Amino acid sequence: MEKHDRKPESNIFASVWRFLRRCLFLVLSLGPMPNHIAFIMDGNRRYAKRRNAEEGSGHGVGFTTLTSICQYCYEMGVKYVTVYAFSIDNFKRKPEEVQSLMDLMKEKIDELLEEESIVQKYGFRINFWGSLDLLSEPVRLVAEKAMTHTANNTGPVLSVCMAYTSTNEIMRAIKKSCARKSSRPQGYVNCDGESVCADINSYVTVADVEENLDTADCPDPDIVIRTSGETRLSNFLLWQTSLSHLQNPSPLWPEFSLRNLIWAILEYQKIYPYLEARRRLTKKEN
Amino acid sequence: MLPSLHLNSTLNCTTLNYSSTLLPLRGSRRRTRRDVANESLVPAAHPARRYPSLSASLAPAREEEERKEGALLPPPLRPETLPRHVAVIMDGNSRWAKARGLPSSAGHEAGYRTLKKMVELSCQWGIRALTVFAFSSENWTRPKVGSGFASPYLEVAANVCLVLYREGIRVCIIGDSSELSQSLQKLAKEVVDKTKNNTQIDLIVAISYSGRKEITQACQNIARKVKDGLLEPEDITESHIEEELETNCIPEFPNPDLLIRTSGELRLSNFLLWQSAYTELFFTNTYWPDFGEAEYVEALTSFQNRQRRFGQRIN
Repeated sequence: MEKHDRKPESNIFASVWRFLRRCLFLVLSLGPMPNHIAFIMDGNRRYAKRRNAEEGSGHGVGFTTLTSICQYCYEMGVKYVTVYAFSIDNFKRKPEEVQSLMDLMKEKIDELLEEESIVQKYGFRINFWGSLDLLSEPVRLVAEKAMTHTANNTGPVLSVCMAYTSTNEIMRAIKKSCARKSSRPQGYVNCDGESVCADINSYVTVADVEENLDTADCPDPDIVIRTSGETRLSNFLLWQTSLSHLQNPSPLWPEFSLRNLIWAILEYQKIYPYLEARRRLTKKEN
Repeated sequence: MLPSLHLNSTLNCTTLNYSSTLLPLRGSRRRTRRDVANESLVPAAHPARRYPSLSASLAPAREEEERKEGALLPPPLRPETLPRHVAVIMDGNSRWAKARGLPSSAGHEAGYRTLKKMVELSCQWGIRALTVFAFSSENWTRPKVGSGFASPYLEVAANVCLVLYREGIRVCIIGDSSELSQSLQKLAKEVVDKTKNNTQIDLIVAISYSGRKEITQACQNIARKVKDGLLEPEDITESHIEEELETNCIPEFPNPDLLIRTSGELRLSNFLLWQSAYTELFFTNTYWPDFGEAEYVEALTSFQNRQRRFGQRIN
């Protein structure tokens, strides 16, 4: 399967495979293509357990899957990819597991910044969303370094949610909105000298909250894919996925392949006309 | 896709299929054996078990006995693993009616019968709270929708709620009811007041509701506290936000454990965004008017079989 052939190859098979993929994506793009796909990368540990491998090895294979999927998304023209790497709730796990995940993340982010990585090859811009101050110092520094180094890239956008929960993100957005509003001078119109004379409902709006979210400069996901068959969002992009098409394929994340990705997009294309009509209605309402 | 559990007539419970009581699908054709099987009532293994209808509420003593007896769950379900709070997006009424060549109002009426049934079953099986998405704030922008459309729809709902108060159901209404007519708003308030001391089950009805607006409203309330000097922006926590959400009318279980969406749509559509962070989602292709006891048992069985980890590890 293609997931085992990750490093860029120069032999004839790789070229033929790349050509076939291009033809396949051309056919796929005859239908509506999603602009933003979000992944909940679930099932790494179960993958390692099933193969009687060492506990952390599933996550390593999972990272390889991530780079392949990013490459395919780039080739298909999907501009935004978001992945749920580490939740704030995951800090409650055993300290050894948390530490090994932190070490793995640092190692992989460093790898992404190397010359031969897909990030440099395709000009990915990387975002890290979440309460980064909860991460250990080395991981936080390398994440910030990755964001600065890729800030000017014009290619697709890869957003990695680390130390992230959606409720935490909304809370931070509300904090910022309140702090900003309270620090502004109070210039109310038609004020007759009383301390509260403006309509309090204009104080904070839906747009105010949205512009303070981590995802402010990113469109809402069109598709949310959670691997390993679980059907819940687990505090991932709750605000942004209101109209997203939710999918829960059974393969575990390290097993998620091009075939599964194409199937996900075909499912999306099937219901696209209906989804688009609903989105137009929502925009009209807002 | 979620693998659906094909629970069929081998279940030991009575299945009421509402489609059997109404007109056949448009373009009648010769009924095949499958049509007959789908339309007829599934024979019950325990024919003596009957679920009380609303008219039985006129004889409270008999109903109390039946309720105690009827609290026995259908076999696949176990009381200790039932969800405490179930949320439902009642989708597909119009499509159901269209498939039968009926007007949308018939679909909504059938939908209310289904809702009534679901509330009864939830009461009997010990589910403590039920939230239903009756009308989204986006539905106002649909063509041919205005208060003229909403009125009979919501009036039926309100009248159903008034009757249900005898069943011990506490009704809460969330959402922006300012778009409704004055009489409906008054009716809604009356329902909430009359049922506020009931304890059998909490029923939250979301009318003209938007999850994002609810969170924004919570934000406004918090901003007001900040403005009044009661709270510093940096002290705001998730609990402050949760306290301001409308689902706090059920302080014990504000977040649904299971969310069911009918008619095959695979999204949340701005319903209970904050509250469904860890909610198990169940999607079914059945249209809402056809969502009977068997489908409800299927959803609850699916919930039972899931392993909820909340981000942690379970060894």
